[in-house]
Order: sequence, then C-alpha cells, then structure tokens
Amino acid sequence: MTSLPETTSKKLGLVIDLDTCVGCQACATSCKEWNAGGYSAPLTDQDTRGSDPHGTWLNRVHSYEVGDGPDSRTVHFPRSCLHCETPACVTVCPTGASYKRASDGIVLVNPDTCIGCKLCSWACPYGAREYDTDDGVMKKCTLCVDRIYNESFAPEDRVPACVRACPTGARHFGDLGDPGSAVSLLVKEREGFDLLPGMGFKPVNKYLPPRDRRDLTTASAPRAAERTVAGSGSLADRFFAWADKTLAR
Amino acid sequence: MHPAYSVIVFTTASGAGYGLLIWLAVAAALNLVPRDPALGFVGLGVALALITIGLLASTLHLGRPERAWRALSQWKSSWLSREGIAAIVTYLPAGALGLGWVFGEFVPGQIATGAWLSVPCALITVWCTGMIYASLPTIRAWDQPLVAPVYVVLALATGGVLLSLLLAAFGYDPRWAAILSVVTLALGWFLKARYWLAIDTAPKTHTAEAATGLGRFGTVRPLDPPHTQPNFVMREMGYQVARRHAEKLRRLSVLLLFVLPIGAGLLLLLDLPSPFQIAIASLAALSAAAGVLTERWLFFAEAEHVAMLYYRGGVA
Ligand code: SF4
Ligand code: SF4
Repeated sequence: MTSLPETTSKKLGLVIDLDTCVGCQACATSCKEWNAGGYSAPLTDQDTRGSDPHGTWLNRVHSYEVGDGPDSRTVHFPRSCLHCETPACVTVCPTGASYKRASDGIVLVNPDTCIGCKLCSWACPYGAREYDTDDGVMKKCTLCVDRIYNESFAPEDRVPACVRACPTGARHFGDLGDPGSAVSLLVKEREGFDLLPGMGFKPVNKYLPPRDRRDLTTASAPRAAERTVAGSGSLADRFFAWADKTLAR
Repeated sequence: MHPAYSVIVFTTASGAGYGLLIWLAVAAALNLVPRDPALGFVGLGVALALITIGLLASTLHLGRPERAWRALSQWKSSWLSREGIAAIVTYLPAGALGLGWVFGEFVPGQIATGAWLSVPCALITVWCTGMIYASLPTIRAWDQPLVAPVYVVLALATGGVLLSLLLAAFGYDPRWAAILSVVTLALGWFLKARYWLAIDTAPKTHTAEAATGLGRFGTVRPLDPPHTQPNFVMREMGYQVARRHAEKLRRLSVLLLFVLPIGAGLLLLLDLPSPFQIAIASLAALSAAAGVLTERWLFFAEAEHVAMLYYRGGVA
C-alpha cells in the first residue's frame, strides 16, 4: 500500500561515520554482490564491455572536498536509501509497489507489481532509487531484508552486506527508534545528523560528522621510529648516517 | 530532467484531445453547432484519438506496460493513479456524447448528459496530469502553483485551435471558436510568462552543504565521482539545457504557441472566403502543435532535480 503507516514498531536503519570512511567502495561492491543474487535480483548492468559501462547499484560512494586552505579536508560519503519516515517516493507510487513496512520501517519495492514508471525516483531527493532497464522495475536498498532476519546465518552476519564488509567499521546497523540502542547512543554521542532536513522526509539513516582535526601546531615528540639514534661512531654507523642523509635529499 | 518523448507526446496530445472534447461537449450542450453526424464523428474521433494516442504513449514510458492496470489502485495518495482513473472514467460520458451525436440518442438526454459530464471529467484528468509534476518537492521548477493551471489552460487553448480548424473545414462559422481560442491562448501566454518569471526568481534553497550535512566545515565540492559513467540518476535527473539555449526556445515557443495562433484567430474573425479560413486555421494548428511540443520539452529540460547536488554540488 502506497499510503504510509502512521508509526512503525521499529526504525531500522544505518549510521554512517564520515570520520572513519576511507572511500574504499567495499560497501558498494559488497552491496552489488549480495543484491545481484538476493531480493533485488537481477541487478543488471549494461554495456559492460563497451565504452559506456553502467548499471544498477544500490549504494554509491562519493568523495568531496570540504572547506578551503589549510582547513580543507576530503570526506568520503556513501549514499543509499535512508528509509525515510515520510518519504514521497512511497506516496507517489501509483501501484502500491513502493511501500514502507509498519513492522520495521524498511522501504521496499515489490518487484512483482512495479510497472517501472520511475515516478518514485523523481520523488526521492537523495537519488537513492535506480531503475533497472533490463528488469523493467525500480531497485533500491532493501536494508538487506534477506540477511537481517535470516536465521540460517551466524548472528554476526545478520546485518546488511555493506555493514559486514566495511573494513573501518564506519557503518552501523540497528533500531534508531529505540533511544537505548547502540546506534541511537552513537548518534547522540557524535551528534549525528540528517541529510537535507529541509525536504521534510525525516530520514531514518544518520550520518556522523568528521571529528575535529588534531592541532598540528603543538605536535607531540616524534615517535620512536622517527627519532635519530645516536650512533656508536663506528665506520659502519658513519656510512649509514651518510647514506641516510644522501637518500633523504 | 530528461525530456522523454513518450511523456512529451502523452501530455501534449492528450491535453489537446481533452481540450477539444471539452469545447465540443460545450458546443453540443449549448447547441452552438448543428448536430451534423459527420462533424461529431470527425471532431470527437480526433479528440478521442489524441487522448488515446497520448495514453498509449505514456505506457511506452513504462518498464512493464503489461502491468499498467495496476496503476489504478493507489488513488488515495498518488496523482498518477488518479490521472489514470480520471482518464478511463472520461471515456464513458465522452462515448455517450459521441455515440448520441453520430448515431442519434439511444436514451433521451444522452447527448446533454454525456456532454455536461465530459467537461468536468476531462478537466479533472488534465488537472491530475499537471499535479503529477506539481506534487514533486524535489524539483523546484515543478513545485510551483502555476504548473497545474498551465496544463489545463494549454489543453483548452490547443483544443480551441483544433476546434476552429474543424469548424472551418466543415464550412461552419469558426468565429466563436476563434474567439475562445484567442482568449485561452492569451491566458495561457500570461500564465506561462508568470511561470517562467517564477522559476527564474524562486530562491534556490537546497545546497550541497545541506545535502551532505558538511556545511559546518565549509563549502562542499565534488572531488571523486562514485562511478565513471553516468548512472540512471544522472541520465534521468541530470539533463541540463544551456541557459542561452533555453531563452531562445522560450521565445520560439511563445511565437509558435501564442503569437501566431492568436494572430490566426484574429484573422478568422474577418469574413474571409472558406479556403482562406481553412488555410489559416491549419497553419494555426501546426504552429500551436510545434509550439506546445517545444513548451513541454522545455518544461522537462529546464527542471533541475535536488539529487543532482550530490553529483554537481552548488545549489538547486
Ligand atoms: S531515501 Fe529516497 S528512496 Fe529512500 S525512503 Fe527516502 S525518499 Fe524514499
Ligand atoms: S517505478 Fe514502480 S515502485 Fe516506482 S512509482 Fe512506479 S510503480 Fe511505483
């Protein structure tokens, strides 16, 4: 049903740490890998060996340059469906294929009833929906609905593929509707924020800001490996000191 | 937004068809035209053909056209669903009107009832078409109060131009149709000019800084794109027409859709011999068709989508 549930029992979602994300694309590729065989299968690509290879992916990792001069920084920025609380992508859908689950808040597309009109992708401010040309239906992040409840998986694997794949632990999964959950506490502690709050879609997924820079002007003593070792004055030592100096030029 | 030809044909052809249907229904109900079966057959035939071609073109835009019937289910929340239902419902009074006009009434009052019901049904359908676009907060150029009114007025105006041609071709007096097309065209011109002013001056409130939430650290500029080739979002939402190019096309659509057909409508008010009237009305119809196609192409090409902030940065 295209009408939104009044409330959802849970608000399952992701918390993405922009401080630790290194932009390695592991989440994006593991998402593609899992979903090309899971709920969203097939997740097709076009012209894969030609000059214009492109395809349907449910997670994209941008890199931005933020700020100017010595204060500028590079921020890697994964972007996928935020499982919004009041998303227009659901209400514009003419078929009821797009829906938000009352049980856990996950926003899904029913691949058996979607007509591929693409209107939902127009209604999403986050560019999170990608149409699958070959399959003729809309695709989007399912929060790995086919992993998180899968009892045949070990408990640590019952998380979205992107969360499992992230090598820096920048992605966290949990119930953001429960103020005591680990993800809610993390958002509180790190002052997590919403994307485009002005759109009024109330995204469930939160982003954690990069931490403040260390103050480089009061750098602590150099670490052991960098300290120059006072040599014994032997010929070998003098040779190595000379070689070190020359090579360092 | 990518200007898909199926959607441009859908909105312009069905708009003109509903406009012609509305004017023919008014004419039949008020006895402004003789109950000439040939006029009814050709007139309502053209109207319903345009509507049907438009609706079929819109299903070409679908990934799964065979499931199109499913789009009728979500009228509670979806303007697209409402549009589909209104379009189908409109066939009933339009059919009653057309059959009564061409073959004679099967039941007394069939023509009048069909005519008076066709008018609101057709108006509602075109309004729903406009609201599909006007209800999207993600596209500043569409999230405007004038979008749906412009759809309705342009449907009436292009339908009026077709009616003038129809009456001239059948040798009936086209003057009342010429007057109403001049009036609706002028209104359409006024509203479209206001619309363009509105989208040129409406503040751009969404920024790359808000899209990423990183504004507290300074301006946000895309550095590495997430993929090498454009994806669906960029192909569908990233279409951009150069400002200068758009200006030219706006002027062209004003000339073709408003200036020339209004001039032609005024000429039709003179008592010219029939062949001249037919020639003038035909040129007006061709000009308006080219003009409304240009106008609709621009409606898409000039619309920027908020999601492109993630790819381009800046404001939207
Ligand atoms: S991020 Fe987009 S697709 Fe996901 S729920 Fe929000 S509006 Fe819908
Ligand atoms: S593309 Fe599918 S899910 Fe999206 S609005 Fe159309 S029918 Fe609904």
